[in-house]
Amino acid sequence: MDRKLRLTGAEFHAQGARLFGPVDLSLETSGITVILGANGAGKSLFLALAHGIILPTKGRVNWQDQPAAETRHTRGYVFQNTPILRRSVAGNIALPLAARRFTKEKKAQLLANALSMSKLQDQAHAPAATLSGGERQRLALARAMVTEPEVLFLDEPAANLDPAFAIDLEQSLRNISSGGTKILMATHDLPQAQRLADDVIFFERGQVVEQAPAAAFFKDAKSEAAQRYLGGQL
Amino acid sequence: METLNQAWQLLVSFDAALMQIVGLSLRVSVSATLIAAIIGIPLGAALAIWSFPLRGVLVVMSTTMMALPPVVVGLAVYLLLSRAGPLGELGLLFTPTAMIIAQSILITPIILALTREAVLPLKREYETLLISIDAGALLKLRTLIWDARYGIMTAWLAGFGRALAEVGAVIIVGGNINGLTRVMTTTIALETSKGNLELAMALGLILLLIAIAINGSIHALGQFGRRYEVTR
Repeated sequence: MDRKLRLTGAEFHAQGARLFGPVDLSLETSGITVILGANGAGKSLFLALAHGIILPTKGRVNWQDQPAAETRHTRGYVFQNTPILRRSVAGNIALPLAARRFTKEKKAQLLANALSMSKLQDQAHAPAATLSGGERQRLALARAMVTEPEVLFLDEPAANLDPAFAIDLEQSLRNISSGGTKILMATHDLPQAQRLADDVIFFERGQVVEQAPAAAFFKDAKSEAAQRYLGGQL
Repeated sequence: METLNQAWQLLVSFDAALMQIVGLSLRVSVSATLIAAIIGIPLGAALAIWSFPLRGVLVVMSTTMMALPPVVVGLAVYLLLSRAGPLGELGLLFTPTAMIIAQSILITPIILALTREAVLPLKREYETLLISIDAGALLKLRTLIWDARYGIMTAWLAGFGRALAEVGAVIIVGGNINGLTRVMTTTIALETSKGNLELAMALGLILLLIAIAINGSIHALGQFGRRYEVTR
């Protein structure tokens, strides 16, 4: 199936300043794409534009020739600081289902799947606020995956996690990816990026500086900016 | 001391006149608070969630009306319902219905403004998540009202307390008619001026007990709601 992402002259402005773009880019629909770049380089804006949470000020952001904002429901998003709803674990995970027209049985089935995938069945009825940091991250992932989206976005999902939880998360992402869901993830953690990435998009000052297969990027980055970034971090 | 004792006797003997007054008080104020909640909760949440023309005006109006003196509301409803008024033909003046209307007007701004305050921080926190799941307007409203439920119940109780305690509006539109529109507060005002302190004190005690129950519930709700609050 063709689920290609294409940005054409895409820009995002806020308060009169251009924060992102212009970006022209197309992206294949399988595997794990890792978004790299310094703070403020435009990683989060790219994810938000590509998901359809925000609209481009100029240009187009399309999936399969349809504006991203019109097909948001086919994609899931894990936020950097995930909002935890004032309700039970199951109530949190079920939220995206309320926006969809599935049958009751189908919704119950999807919720049960997400709970077992995230290993949160035992806490299903506890207030979500009682979860630990690592469990909240699993909740956020389960909530983004509950509708079985075609594409999953993650914005620095491991930023506040212990190493053990981060490894756990990586395994979950591999499983999701091999299940056929495209993953786009922004991260600051280069070792993690190297372990997970099939390809890399490197941003600087709101522009795409380099887009390459992961092996080539980490071995031999073409652009000076990427070399500086990798050199400074490793 | 003697008066206090007699007041206590009235209370524990469930004096029929006393119970009738307490019953009407509760009926009027509960009805008014329900009507105010049906209008005030969705509107307050909507004011928190969406920006639209005149939102600022509505917010200022609702907070101003929170401080509205009950007698002014009473007067306005009186003019509306009096024989010569636009709704005079309905013959509602000096009935419990008129009292419910007046108290609804008095309390709606309170429930509305407090609901808005309870929803606002949650809206900021949930906004992008709700966009990302493609939530429609109704789902947004439902989600935020439900998650602000403890704050909203507190708003409801605050409105109920205010309705039950006010004298000015109900005495003007109800007329304080014995056996028909006499409620706790208006009876206290009347009986005290007549020097009939036992009944006034018995009613005062009941009002005090209800106030304690309301504030205890508000406190308990706060404690319970905290279980769902996230600390980072």
